[in-house]
Amino acid sequence: MEIILSIAIGVMTSCGVWLILRPRTYQVIIGLSLLSYAVNLFIFGVGGVKTNVPPILTDGVSTSSLADPVPQALVLTAIVIGFATTALFLVVLLASRGLTGTDHVDGRSDPK
Amino acid sequence: MLLPFVGSLASAFLLNTSSRVLPSWIAGATALLSLLIVVAAYPAVSAGDALRFHVEWIPQLGLDFKLRMDGFAWMFAVLITGIGFLVVVYARYYISEEDPVPRFFSFLLAFMGAMLGIVISGNVILLSVFWELTSIFSFLLISYWHNTAAARDGARMALTITGIGGFCLLIGVLLIGNIVGSYDLDKILASGDVIRGHALYTPALVFVLLGALTKSAQFPFHFWLPNAMAAPTPVSAFLHSATMVKAGVFLLARFWPALAGTYEWFWIVGACGIITLLLGAYFAMFQQDLKGLLAYSTISHLGLITTLLSLGSPLATVAAIFHMLNHATFKASLFMAAGIIDHETGTRDMRRLSGLFRYMPITATLAMVASAAMAGVPLLNGFLSKEMFFAEAVETHADSILDRILPYVATLAGAFSVAYSLRFIHMVFFGPPPTKLPKETPHEPPHWMRFPIELLVVICLIVGIAPAMSVGPFLHTAVSSVLGAQTPEYSLAVWHGFNVPLMMSITALLGGAALYWVLRDYLQRCDDGPPIFRRLRGQRIFERILVEVSWRWARMAEKRIGTRNLQPQMRWVVATGFFAGLLPLYLSGFETRPFAFTGVDTAFAALWALGVCLALGTAWLAKYHRLAALVMLGGVGLIVCTTFVWLSAPDLAITQLLVEIVTTVLILLGLRWLPKRSEGIDDTITLRARFRRFRDLALAVACGIGMTFISYAVMTMPVPDAIANYFLDNAYSEGGGRNVVNVILVDFRGFDTLGEITVLGVVALTVYALLRRFRPADDSMGMPEQQQIQNRFDEERPERSAGDTVRDYLLVPSVIMQWLFPIIVTFAVYIFLRGHDLPGGGFSAGLTLSIAFLLQYLAGGTRWAEDRIRILPLRWMGAGMLTATVTGIGAWFFGYPFLTSHFQYVELPLIGKMPAASALLFDLGVFSLVVGSTVLILVALAHQSIRINRLRTIESDKAKEA
Repeated sequence: MEIILSIAIGVMTSCGVWLILRPRTYQVIIGLSLLSYAVNLFIFGVGGVKTNVPPILTDGVSTSSLADPVPQALVLTAIVIGFATTALFLVVLLASRGLTGTDHVDGRSDPK
Repeated sequence: MLLPFVGSLASAFLLNTSSRVLPSWIAGATALLSLLIVVAAYPAVSAGDALRFHVEWIPQLGLDFKLRMDGFAWMFAVLITGIGFLVVVYARYYISEEDPVPRFFSFLLAFMGAMLGIVISGNVILLSVFWELTSIFSFLLISYWHNTAAARDGARMALTITGIGGFCLLIGVLLIGNIVGSYDLDKILASGDVIRGHALYTPALVFVLLGALTKSAQFPFHFWLPNAMAAPTPVSAFLHSATMVKAGVFLLARFWPALAGTYEWFWIVGACGIITLLLGAYFAMFQQDLKGLLAYSTISHLGLITTLLSLGSPLATVAAIFHMLNHATFKASLFMAAGIIDHETGTRDMRRLSGLFRYMPITATLAMVASAAMAGVPLLNGFLSKEMFFAEAVETHADSILDRILPYVATLAGAFSVAYSLRFIHMVFFGPPPTKLPKETPHEPPHWMRFPIELLVVICLIVGIAPAMSVGPFLHTAVSSVLGAQTPEYSLAVWHGFNVPLMMSITALLGGAALYWVLRDYLQRCDDGPPIFRRLRGQRIFERILVEVSWRWARMAEKRIGTRNLQPQMRWVVATGFFAGLLPLYLSGFETRPFAFTGVDTAFAALWALGVCLALGTAWLAKYHRLAALVMLGGVGLIVCTTFVWLSAPDLAITQLLVEIVTTVLILLGLRWLPKRSEGIDDTITLRARFRRFRDLALAVACGIGMTFISYAVMTMPVPDAIANYFLDNAYSEGGGRNVVNVILVDFRGFDTLGEITVLGVVALTVYALLRRFRPADDSMGMPEQQQIQNRFDEERPERSAGDTVRDYLLVPSVIMQWLFPIIVTFAVYIFLRGHDLPGGGFSAGLTLSIAFLLQYLAGGTRWAEDRIRILPLRWMGAGMLTATVTGIGAWFFGYPFLTSHFQYVELPLIGKMPAASALLFDLGVFSLVVGSTVLILVALAHQSIRINRLRTIESDKAKEA
């Protein structure tokens, strides 16, 4: 399980990094989303990978066998904040596109 | 002890609002009161023990707010408060009614407080804090007449030089503190041998000296002082006689027991002192400005004190301390006299002034006595300390060329000082009556304006005639507090018999008089400044350096290493992140573990095989096929969501799913405003672009491999007994919920969540604000291609009217979506209510509800939806924020810290037993705010398609007019 998850994180990181280094704003926003998936999964993975033991207390189940709730709580807020930053970035991107007429990240066309 | 300082600062703040005559009274009263308190402290100080006052400030860093007043500090405190008081009295008449009087006195008092702080602080860090304060307030005082360029430049220069010095001093005292192991002044003074023997002695010494020498305007930092003469004269009288510049020599004397006596000390301090002594006196002779003359003479006298301190002998230190006292008295009175002359005649240019004796005989007499003291004429205080200086100059201290030339240099400088004192008196007060003065018929100033000078001159006389009886005991207290057991035998008599120092004095007096006689005519005519050095202006050099460093170098640095392009910046960020991750692994090694293959779930592997393909596809297509990339991105999101379900994180899965929906819709809304692909420009890829891409790809792959590696390592590491167990064990007993993630969010870490939702709210408002003035790019102004086709279709059919197709588009799904509305709302409520015990909670419920609203917009269009439901996102947000905060505050009323939660079970009719924690209320706030923010963002973006119609009509109107 861990190896699959690690490879997935690695691939998403690579794609994300590649995209945020691209010159088009749309690529950057997509890249950031991919990166945030990778980072969320990574933080989530820090707590260990367990199946079928959600951190929900039920009578008769020992608490120590449950999944670690702390990374989950962190990631939950991270997801919401990630949504907020994506929204903000999208709007900044649109405003910049409206002002400069181009979707290049520097607000002007490529210095070829 | 603390009162004078606090009092002066407090009244300084108070003064900013008071009236005009009042400030001088308040300032005078504060200064006088401080003086009296300081004087009253004398019996305790003279008993030989220092007064101490101690408050802990930051004990962890060894920083205490510690004040200590010994004899030396006492002497300075008297000087500061006493001359401060006299300056206030004088300034009351000097500062004209048009100037902002309260500001002047508030700065003056604040400066006085800072200066007092320097002399009585018992912790060296505290001392350097006060040191900086004096730099700042002297800046404000010098630039008091800030509408003149000279005042601004002078103030800026003074601040730059003394500010750099203050920074060096801080470094120096930190080094000393490091050597000694304490910042306590007592301890530092007691461990002089440790400091002198330490390897860091030389750097510490150099930094402390840089601080002291810049403040005291010693060569090569002397040039700021003459430029600071643009200040009002009372300020000059205060700053340049008793306080600001004395701070430097005070520091030298203060650290004398700890730092002095070594070869380095002698050479650095001695060389600076001797050069300053001679150059200052030489420059002073050739000044045409009265205050300029006094300024250079101040520099020269400070050089004298510095030289004395450099010698390292106790007797020389006695002389230095004595001269600090004497110089303060006569120089303050001379500055005030110069101010009176300026005030009454309107000029300070000595070429225009002459024969003022007949107009102001009393002031003239006073000034004559004071300048005689400056020249070192017998029976005045200046003579005594100068005599001591000559005696020390003759003695051999550290045999070197510096020591051997000292007697000659001393005599020469003495002669110069006689010459400029004589010049000051002769040119200003004697000779023919002045002509062409800016102010006609000068006359004596008001009596109280003259009073400070009278008092100071009387002190000069008393000290000069009967030193042992007047100043003797005080001086002894001061000296013994600095030197301790080393205090030598010295005599303060006027007459020591015919000896070498007396001969030197006589030589200096006669030589000086002769020098003036020879140069008299030349001085009457010459330009400002000494003959050879006139062109070599310290100020010019300073400004050149300033421009060079702060402008050219900065520009160059920006050009070389800065960029305004985002891509290089991102590249650096990513590369730095990569290496920051690599470095600790490289440094502390990587523990190799046997690769344990834990088995792979085939379904999971297949899922992520798909996920990897989708991620790669997204990266591949994001440039030209935005929609496809978005769809694939959504696919990746769904797989992440499935992973959460798989790996025991139902809460995350729900949130991820909902956020995925909202984000996708959001980006879909944004897609419409992005430009179309411009065909045919990208067929040829230059070599540089190819290289760039290759480099980025390498970076991306490296990061990916690194992340894979680290995440595998982290995930296979045995999880230590972490805080997780605490939360798992206490979630139910203390938080009253079974869903631990939710309990953490709304209870244990409630304050973090409050911060989170605040961020969300702020983002929503920012988005809203940014979109209010949104203007699409020109090529996005037209109607989307699909709508054009649809409308054209309508126009071609006679039975259809324009817009029908748009309305009928996706009719069945939209009806379903409309019907789904109540169901989704119910679902949101359900998720919310069960959140404390089962997966769900405020975040997911809020997102669900906003999706319900969103679907109505999608189904019927913006206008349709807004005709039927009015959502007021701002109210939702406000209510949410308020609920969450008020819930938190509520805990206060029960005597608990902010956001402490309470829970119990309540019996509700029909539903039964319900857990009702106050955290539920907090979660309600989260819910409401999430709804408001999400809807606000989406609606603001959706509204652009309505706004654009208005923009289009405006555009077309404009086009018609043009």
